[in-house]
Amino acid sequence: MSKKTSEKKYASLKAKQTAGNIIVYIILTLMAIIWLAPFVLIVLESFRCETTMQVGYVLPKQWGLDNYKWLFENGQYNFPRWYMNTFIIALFVAVIQTFMVLCMSYTLSRMRFKGRKFLMNFMLVLGMFPGFLGMIIMYKVLSGWGMTGVGSVPGLILVYTASSAMGYYVSKGFFDTIPKSLDEAARVDGATRAQVLFHITIHMAKPIIIYTVLTAFMAPWGDFMFASYIAHNTGDGMNVAVGLQNLIGTNASLAANYTHFCAGGVLVAIPVTVLFMCLQKYYVEGVTGGAVKG
Amino acid sequence: MKELSYLEYQGLSNGQKFIYKLKKFFCAFGGFFARIGSAIASIVKTIVFGTINGTKNLFADLIKGSWRTKLSFIIMGFGSLSCGQIARGLLYLAFEVIFFGYTATTGITWLSKLDNLGDAAAVEVYDAVLDTYKTVHYDDSFKILLYGGLSLFFILVFLAVWRMNIKNSRENDILKAEGKHIPKLKDDIHELVDGKFYKTLLAVPLTGIICFTVLPMIFMIAVAFTSYDGAHDGYSNLFTWVGWQNFAELFNTTDSNLGYAFKNILGWTLVWAFFATFSNYFLGIIVALLINKKGIKFKKMWRGIFVLTIAIPQFISLLYVSKLFSKSGLVNSLLMNIGLLSAPYDFWGNTMSARILVILINIWIGIPYLMLMCTGILMNIPEDLYESARIDGANAVQQFFKITLPYMLFVTGPYLLTSFIGNINNFNVIFLLTGGAKANPLLTTSGGSATDVDLLITWLYKITTGTESNYKLASVVGILIFIVVATLSVIVYNILPSNKNEEDFQ
Repeated sequence: MSKKTSEKKYASLKAKQTAGNIIVYIILTLMAIIWLAPFVLIVLESFRCETTMQVGYVLPKQWGLDNYKWLFENGQYNFPRWYMNTFIIALFVAVIQTFMVLCMSYTLSRMRFKGRKFLMNFMLVLGMFPGFLGMIIMYKVLSGWGMTGVGSVPGLILVYTASSAMGYYVSKGFFDTIPKSLDEAARVDGATRAQVLFHITIHMAKPIIIYTVLTAFMAPWGDFMFASYIAHNTGDGMNVAVGLQNLIGTNASLAANYTHFCAGGVLVAIPVTVLFMCLQKYYVEGVTGGAVKG
Repeated sequence: MKELSYLEYQGLSNGQKFIYKLKKFFCAFGGFFARIGSAIASIVKTIVFGTINGTKNLFADLIKGSWRTKLSFIIMGFGSLSCGQIARGLLYLAFEVIFFGYTATTGITWLSKLDNLGDAAAVEVYDAVLDTYKTVHYDDSFKILLYGGLSLFFILVFLAVWRMNIKNSRENDILKAEGKHIPKLKDDIHELVDGKFYKTLLAVPLTGIICFTVLPMIFMIAVAFTSYDGAHDGYSNLFTWVGWQNFAELFNTTDSNLGYAFKNILGWTLVWAFFATFSNYFLGIIVALLINKKGIKFKKMWRGIFVLTIAIPQFISLLYVSKLFSKSGLVNSLLMNIGLLSAPYDFWGNTMSARILVILINIWIGIPYLMLMCTGILMNIPEDLYESARIDGANAVQQFFKITLPYMLFVTGPYLLTSFIGNINNFNVIFLLTGGAKANPLLTTSGGSATDVDLLITWLYKITTGTESNYKLASVVGILIFIVVATLSVIVYNILPSNKNEEDFQ
């Protein structure tokens, strides 16, 4: 093969690669548009003032903050209350659930004791029951304690966190990767198991703690099923998901509140999104690790 | 059947090869069921032998134990107290007093009514002073079931603690005979942060799981065998045990819609879970491959765009997209503006379009997660595998099917299973998207109405919150969801190549 033909071949290969890359760029750009469009649209519609109904065009004819004002000033729907409810629930769930999950996952990863395998199998089987099934009785019990309807915030915190240790899988996978020899070295030096946990392991577990806090904090913002059952159509006991769904639940309310819903959605999305984007590094680590360990 | 070696296999004609493969498949299939059977058998064996050995040991303790241990059979904590374990002994004793106090005063009343959940229904009594009728309530089936069940649970706990107390006393006997130190309160506390640290750590999480998941589940399983619903709420109208009647009704296809509804909804649930899981999975891998392709710039930006969509709470995007496709929504308006449609198309009112749309929108929701997950794993695939494949002349498609996919399947097998189960119970996507879907009259039952896109889990929700509050039906459906999920898990778990020993990771 002469030098010239090989150069020619190289050049054609390069052209082929460039063509391939251009196709990939086109696909990615199209996908980016599809994936981002709804969010751009929702922001645009939240600034539309001329009508609250759904319209056939994208850009508002009259820009303004009317929809946001409405959320705080209307007498019928208590959006600030929903927001506060969800925020308080999310804070408590983040703290309590992290505690529960870390206790469970650390124990199952690090310690060997009688009944450990049985416990893991038991939780696996228990997790196959639809969690909502227990809500029928939980509702009756919680309403006896005054934790439903208007007082749904403590009730929901209880419902979300009490059994949260069953979601220990990702966290256990992480602890499994911390070498056991570190523990053993400390134990030889006379440290108790509690000291090993609080002085050694906890410092290395920062990524998984942040991951657990982040996912625990985000979950209550999106839960609909439990929240709507516990709130039981009481306006003041709703979280944002139930409240905003209520806002556009029927055809009549959809026409009256469509742009209000968009504004509410934007207000909910902003803090959660900012928090998530700041901590996304830990989230990605958790998701990748969790998938491999199962 | 006889395993053929590679050479023997190659010697077969194409038809014989096919028959051989078919035979092998069915043999393997039989193997799955054999394995399920053996798994169940091992659980039963553990329980049976556990009980037999437990009882044996109990008698051994009674016969061989010292007088202290023998007395512990009646007075709990005696064995500990007489050996100087004051705190432990007092706890045992206090527990015994509380248990018998409770059972003798309250527990026995609840337990005695548990057989048919109350006899004395509420009656209307004439009040001569006010000249009106008023309702006087006697038994409450719900409370009887609740407190009766809790009393039963309490008895089980008592038996466990009682056994612990005897074991404890027997251990003390042995330690004493050997002249060893008997652990005191200080030693116990030290053990709780050291050797038995797991007990300390598990105390709170396990209590939560037992009180708020295990007990409610047991209660709801019991409800499936009663006549509990909105009309028979136990307070104004008693309910009682009905045996398997509720299950029979669900499988009865002749005189009610229930059987038809269940069959249809179950079928769609499985179809949905299959498409939702695998469409996301394959497309997610492809997107990850596209972004990670050599020569593609701004990788961080592309990834960031998808990650952004994870960050936004799902219910907002779901509700919004659902309204985009409503009759007055933007999609219909745009399609009419460009002349593709003359009248708005009812996306959610049409079974086929609604079903296709939920799967498509689920792809939109799910791909970013998969993309993130796969990116990490794809980077772990050894580059030389691709290198040698390229030298052998494999093109990109062949590389994908021969290297990438098998590797991914191996590594993410467990994830596929969990995501399949997650999709069977994917409430949010279906419920928030199809709020406007039309109810199918054929699926309307004593549990309320249902649409053609309802999954078992959304059906369960609708039954529970419906006007009839058909709790007994809800429990039956819940149990059936469990059976479906459990069966699938056992089968898939046995197929998975990555079903490895967990200690391998450490």
